[in-house]
Amino acid sequence: MRRRFSRRDVLKGSATLALGTVFASPLRAAAPEPTAITADLVAAAKKEDTVVFYSSMDLPVGEKLGKAFEEAYPGISVQIERAGSERLFQRVAQEYESNIHAADVVNSADASHFIPWKKSGWLMPFVPEDVAKYFPDNYREPDGMAVTTRLWLSSIAYNTNLVKADDAPKSFADLLDPKWAGKMVKGHPAHSGTIMTTTFQLVRELGWPYLEKLSKQRVMQVQSSTDPPKKLSLGERAVMADGNEYGIVLLKEAGQPVEPVYPTEGTPTISGPTGIFAGAPHPNAAKLFQAWLHTRETQQFFVDFTGQYSLHAQVQPKAGRRKLSDIKLMKEDPAGVEAMTEEIKTRYARLFRV
Amino acid sequence: MTTLNPSTSPARKPRIDWTRPVLWLFAAILVLLILLPLSWLAVYAFTDKNRHPTLQNFVTLFSNPDFLDPLLTTAIIAITSAVICCVVAAPLSWLVSRTDMPGRQTIRALVTASFVTPPFLGAVAWELLAAPNSGLLNQLYRLFAGEDADALFNIYSLTGIIFVISCYTFPFVFVLVANALDTMPGELEDASAILGGNAWTTARRITIPLALPALVAGALIAFLQAMTLFGSPAILALPAGFHTMTTKIWSLFQYPPKLELAAAAAVPLLLLTILLLQGQKFLLGRRGYSVIGGKYGAPRRVELKRWRWAALGFCLLVLLNPVFLPYFALLNAAFSPNATTLVTPSTLTLHNIVFVFTELSSTQLALKNTVILGASTATIGTLLALVIAYVTTRKVIAGHRILGFLATAPVAVPGIVLGVGLFLSYTRPPFVLYGTLWILLLAFLTINLPSAYQQLQAAFTTIHPELEEASRILGATRLQALRQITAPLLRTGVIATWCFIFIGVMRELSAAIVLFTSQTKVLSVLIYDLNEGGDLAAIAVLGIAMLVITFAVVMAVNQIPMSGSASAKLRNG
Repeated sequence: MRRRFSRRDVLKGSATLALGTVFASPLRAAAPEPTAITADLVAAAKKEDTVVFYSSMDLPVGEKLGKAFEEAYPGISVQIERAGSERLFQRVAQEYESNIHAADVVNSADASHFIPWKKSGWLMPFVPEDVAKYFPDNYREPDGMAVTTRLWLSSIAYNTNLVKADDAPKSFADLLDPKWAGKMVKGHPAHSGTIMTTTFQLVRELGWPYLEKLSKQRVMQVQSSTDPPKKLSLGERAVMADGNEYGIVLLKEAGQPVEPVYPTEGTPTISGPTGIFAGAPHPNAAKLFQAWLHTRETQQFFVDFTGQYSLHAQVQPKAGRRKLSDIKLMKEDPAGVEAMTEEIKTRYARLFRV
Repeated sequence: MTTLNPSTSPARKPRIDWTRPVLWLFAAILVLLILLPLSWLAVYAFTDKNRHPTLQNFVTLFSNPDFLDPLLTTAIIAITSAVICCVVAAPLSWLVSRTDMPGRQTIRALVTASFVTPPFLGAVAWELLAAPNSGLLNQLYRLFAGEDADALFNIYSLTGIIFVISCYTFPFVFVLVANALDTMPGELEDASAILGGNAWTTARRITIPLALPALVAGALIAFLQAMTLFGSPAILALPAGFHTMTTKIWSLFQYPPKLELAAAAAVPLLLLTILLLQGQKFLLGRRGYSVIGGKYGAPRRVELKRWRWAALGFCLLVLLNPVFLPYFALLNAAFSPNATTLVTPSTLTLHNIVFVFTELSSTQLALKNTVILGASTATIGTLLALVIAYVTTRKVIAGHRILGFLATAPVAVPGIVLGVGLFLSYTRPPFVLYGTLWILLLAFLTINLPSAYQQLQAAFTTIHPELEEASRILGATRLQALRQITAPLLRTGVIATWCFIFIGVMRELSAAIVLFTSQTKVLSVLIYDLNEGGDLAAIAVLGIAMLVITFAVVMAVNQIPMSGSASAKLRNG
């Protein structure tokens, strides 16, 4: 029964597959055998009693996830280190180069980070059973180093108290209208992986001239992609030029005056893969967490309460939320991001002066 | 300071005087503490990636507008803040110290409150108040001026940053000037009055010249604080769309880190500081300002008569900015479902508090680390500063001048740069400390040493060495003399210094942000991370918790029985 569903859903999922390749298939893949959650694994994990999770997820969302794990496996506590992905990347490098192995599991909003991490041999291959069965191949690192845990968007949005629906921008091009000067907020690609990925896709689709014009609009610059939705709901700015769409969706569901806009040019799409560090101080707890994170139950729970999207074939979208297939998406390309990271940071800093 | 060199006194006792070895040990620790990170910084500033000597880092720095603009911005911020601090702090401290204005103790306590507030927390609080659209003050203004009125205040601007920095830097000037005024002999002013000088002449010829050194020193400290501050610019400069030197240096750590440039960027700041310190010496050095003798009467209080309440009103108005408004905004955010909406009984929520203390997994660890670091840094730092101050004021060992210079040197190094220096020093053998609380302890110790040393040195200078000498003539060793004579006299200063360092640790963000790891996170870093994600309500809760802890600790420490007067609490703090 399960299998039948899964085949259909995998086919349905292949709509998203066409969007791009997060993890390219190499000639020879050497992923380890899939691992199920066994009593032995749970017992070993409980002995380690903690799992340290580096993540860029919006903090309330991440902590709720951590609490869910603690309830599922009492006795193991989840310590969440939240920061923008680009900052996490810098911290992991700083710690590893000093031989400090503090992180167990990492979820980055910049899928390209897994490329150098893998090259440096910092990742541990591990494939949970659910990932092997229900996750599309090109969202899985072929050697089992990581898997895309969550998919989300960086959209435009507006504050409904400050902007009428008819006046709201419909596209990225609309944001260049002088009437939005001084009224927008956006994240920073040197802090946020979401914004780094978004900036890459925007540069590819619209070119640097778009960002150059945007930079003349006196945009309020914040760091993380989790911040623009909050600034929008406070009414600090009327329009969000980029930032987490899921933040907007959750705030809207909580009754805040915000509304997402899916730009006509397409909406930047971000994959957030999760992997385990080879030097994890709590390797069993890390494996258990990774396996639990990708079960149908967790993924369904995650989708329902975080407003993000899952690649697990059996997960159903929450009623009332917009389906991914109804949105025109921009293509992902982590390898492209990796090649362009430095250029984006430098040119962006020059344009926006910060 | 006219002292016999105590070491020339006859020493033919059989007992071994352990003083010298102990002092040399402290000197060695100090040299290591300061010179190791500074040397690594120098090495990085003047070499390339392969450690070949080069000046290229400076060429890059001074030919690139990306660095020159922040340098200019920083200069503007530092100068303006220093001026504002003096203009505000001078009248305030005069009113508190030399007039019969009501509520003087309360005003002192409130200035302490603004000193205890970390600048980054103040910056977040002022975001809540004066963000151009959502800020509470701007919302209030629009109630009267109309929905579409332009913002009255914009905290995300150069003016806004200067304002917030001044709010939390003026206590440094206030304390120095108030101290000077407190200890100024009343007789001099009386003499002037007797000789026919009117109030203005007395002020011009006696009071102001005597208070001037303190004011100049205060201006200098304010300048240095504003120049090296990271917390407020880190929170406000990015949305305002520019960099200061410290935020620029921080951005150089982004992957791949450009440590050479970061080290080189610190050099202009370092040179400027040394220049200023020399300038201060030149300005004040040749005149005698010694006023402490203990033989003078208490200074006279000026009777303000009908202006008394106006004066109090002025003080409270000033303190609205660093204390009342920000604390109100933080409390409101802590209990409100929406950080910048006024809380009403029906919307009041405990959700933020529950979130911070039960869901946020870093809270307990950060609280624990911060308190451990605060207490241990304060204890070790006070001890170290005490010994160095003793050595330099009593000129006990050769090279005491160098020790004094070393103890003051960190003041010239922005915390964030010192962080890099420490990182470079303690991630390689023989001292591998990164990843432990020790490296943070060293950082906080180094950062707080200059002010601790200055305070205790000042305290030592007020105690005439003849008291110690009398004790030694009567047969006590130097350590005995210190324990029995000097220590009790220093108690007030020591406790004030301890509190000062503890508060300094709570305020510290700039070095911690470079040196922390997930297991050694401190509150200031946690708050910075929360700000990155825009979780303002959680910051409000943590910030209030932080202030409560600080006040509790400071009050507890001040309860330790001592012979000094209660009013001394703020004297050095």
